Amino acid sequence: MSAQHTDLIDQVLSITPGSRLDGLRRHREVARDNIQSAYLALFEPKDVTQVTLLERLAVASFVAGLHGQIVLADHYAHRLSLSQGGPVLAALVAAEIDAGEAKGPYGIYPAGPLSAENQAGPHYRVGADSRRLIGAKLSAALEHAHLLVFRPRDASREALQALLDAGWSTAAIVTLSQLVAYLAFQVRIVSGLAALASSSEQPVAANSDATFTAALAAGVNS
Amino acid sequence: MTTTISYPESVPPAVFTQDELGWAPWLEPLTEADLTDRHWAGLVDASRSKSPYFMLLAHDPEVLEARTKADKDIFYNPNGGLPRAERELSATATSRHNGCIFCASVHSRFASTHSRRRDDVQRLLEDGLSADLGPRWNAVKDAAVALTDTPAQFGQDEIVALRAAGLNDFEITDVISTSAFFNWANRLMLSLGEPVPAKAA
Repeated sequence: MSAQHTDLIDQVLSITPGSRLDGLRRHREVARDNIQSAYLALFEPKDVTQVTLLERLAVASFVAGLHGQIVLADHYAHRLSLSQGGPVLAALVAAEIDAGEAKGPYGIYPAGPLSAENQAGPHYRVGADSRRLIGAKLSAALEHAHLLVFRPRDASREALQALLDAGWSTAAIVTLSQLVAYLAFQVRIVSGLAALASSSEQPVAANSDATFTAALAAGVNS
Repeated sequence: MTTTISYPESVPPAVFTQDELGWAPWLEPLTEADLTDRHWAGLVDASRSKSPYFMLLAHDPEVLEARTKADKDIFYNPNGGLPRAERELSATATSRHNGCIFCASVHSRFASTHSRRRDDVQRLLEDGLSADLGPRWNAVKDAAVALTDTPAQFGQDEIVALRAAGLNDFEITDVISTSAFFNWANRLMLSLGEPVPAKAA
């Protein structure tokens, strides 16, 4: 991946240069480039002293799997399985994805008028067998990831304390939080663009669309 | 042993509001004395060293830098695509659905400023996602909400509705990007600290 300098989202969606989706993505080229830069910062990190690459890939695989975003879940599971110690971990994460299945967002609001919108849902805990194998530290990270994926409004100071108590540093918690939050973004970009790719081009106003595209190609600020 | 920071005196806001709120971190942000060139690059704008949120995220400067540059292009790039007001509407609907009172306060204000439809924005905050905001805003709001569901429910129904409301594919791509981006931002804001009432003027 790094050797080829490809773009991960283009890769998983098979977006080719000059295609309709390529044009849509390059309309926000700085964003496109930095979405890839964030991926590289998280998954080809300069500093692995706080969160190892194996831990990053395990959490990413879990989060992509919980979202049911198949192409990205496959990508992270594959990278995890190619890592030292990865195959066993990949199998455990796959089982935990099944155990953690839910529909979000749910959770509890501060007491008041919003309490009427409170919605109960599962509070996931890593299974006892998996916990024995992956340890308390990575288990705490997976439990926090599930919280952020499905019930972000339940996030709390106590949840961060649980991560600290499990041995994660402040810097590690920032990285883990960014990783889960980035994945929540990345799966939606991929799902959204995939839906757009499978829809035919706008039938109405085809002329104005073509004009717009031509103006774009000419660098005109529409 | 590191412990989180608590604010026992603070009464966090319990409703969605367009009023200005503050935000207080549960973990220790970096201080300016800690910053190296790598951290300043991560902050992008030097003025962000005054923000506890960005100074906390500066613990991982490479990710922060990419996050900030993507954010600015998705929301501020004036070249075509979705009008700024509707990018902010998408961010507000996403934040409303995830339950981020702080994010919704900031971006509902931006939506009101850029659209001059403060009352409609307020109804989205107060009445929630069923608020009727007119065909075009409803299509944007409903698409942002569908994409925010986990697993994401955004599909052909939302695309058809957005097109029927007059959005072209560049605009639809901006709906996707802005809502997706707030699924990133909401999770950081909600999980690394808490909203606090704005300091009395």
